[in-house]
Amino acid sequence: MTQSNHYDAIVVGAGPAGLTAGIYLSRGHVRTLILNEGTIGGQMILTHEIANYPGVESVSGYQLSMVMRNQAKKFGCDIKSNISIASLNLDADIKEITLADGSVFTADAVILSPGGRSRTLGVPGEETLKGKGISYCATCDGDFFTGKEIMVVGGGNSALEEAVSLTKYVSKVTIVHQFDHFQAFDYAVEEARNNPKIAFMMESGITAFHGGEKLEGVEITHLKDGSKQNYPIDGVFIFIGYVPNTEFLSQKIETNTWKEIVVNADMETNLKGVFAAGDSIAKKYRQVTTAVADGTIAALSASRYIHELHKNNALQPVIS
Amino acid sequence: MLYTNLKHIETAAEHQKLINENENVMICCGRMGPMCIPVYGIMEDLEGEYKHVKFADMEFDSPESHVIRNVPEVRSFMGIPFTMYYKNGKLVKATSSIQSMTQVRNILDSEFAAAK
Repeated sequence: MTQSNHYDAIVVGAGPAGLTAGIYLSRGHVRTLILNEGTIGGQMILTHEIANYPGVESVSGYQLSMVMRNQAKKFGCDIKSNISIASLNLDADIKEITLADGSVFTADAVILSPGGRSRTLGVPGEETLKGKGISYCATCDGDFFTGKEIMVVGGGNSALEEAVSLTKYVSKVTIVHQFDHFQAFDYAVEEARNNPKIAFMMESGITAFHGGEKLEGVEITHLKDGSKQNYPIDGVFIFIGYVPNTEFLSQKIETNTWKEIVVNADMETNLKGVFAAGDSIAKKYRQVTTAVADGTIAALSASRYIHELHKNNALQPVIS
Repeated sequence: MLYTNLKHIETAAEHQKLINENENVMICCGRMGPMCIPVYGIMEDLEGEYKHVKFADMEFDSPESHVIRNVPEVRSFMGIPFTMYYKNGKLVKATSSIQSMTQVRNILDSEFAAAK
């Protein structure tokens, strides 16, 4: 049996963009529901210390997300986390979202802020050896690899900075990168190149992980000549960027080549009454501050849209 | 200190008491980090639904958590959190690193299905 609930606005996602939208909408007396597939805080909780959020000298990502969640709730925002969305109908005037448990929620406007997630290599052995030698978090798991030899995959700032930080624990780090140059800032590249514990394997990629109870080795493919070689290794840390969580959206929402949602300056998508904000939209910079700004704009635009909609509906002549 | 809304286990004795006195127990042993927080969040969300399961957390860096860190089943684990599932006092399943809601549900449903 399904249950139906109508809100003025539904926000999909509870990272900094979604929570900010929830705060602004609820404070403006717009009846709002936030539906969140993952953990509240989104990728903000991946950060141990946020030291560049204006007005707050230093805070953990987890603490900041809890404050934002409480602010939204205090203003009357409903939040459902760890749900699973089964389907969305966003083209009609009344937007409809159905959850996997059969619950149906409708709204006049929807703000999409599903965020992104760490990109995985998607090669054989990755899923089964996660946590058994394959990791995506240096600060969490670095100490398990004390005295061991590891690889770091990636060529951006995260990969190079984490590779340097892992040298505190390990005997050797080999950075495996698909190109012949790095995308990271010069200072990060220089620091890695100057570290005697770090070696480089350029124009190469891991194409398989080997191991049983734990990781024992990897297959490396040289991407220029296609040659393959197996290397014994104790651990692999993967830092190859993020992908937007937009797979669940219908093809009617305009996205770009990277599946990021296309919005205008008011955070409007190509569908009437549907807005988007945060890391899932097409933009250059992804920070907590930019997500918060996106969420604010999306909420104000949605509020204006809902207000106009209700005003027009009130002016409609009653036909009997 | 773990800033969660779960029951916190602080000593090895408390751990033993919890698994002895409850048929189904899930314990997440971790830190306040990005791989652990999502699992705590999932447990908090499932606590109301799986009333036949006791949910708790334990600090990975506490010396008392040797009761989890040193069992043979986690010998190959190299990623936190270590999430342990106990039935009638016995460890029936353990996972390493971050898990999704679906993965946790699947384990709860398969290991603790009879009592649901």
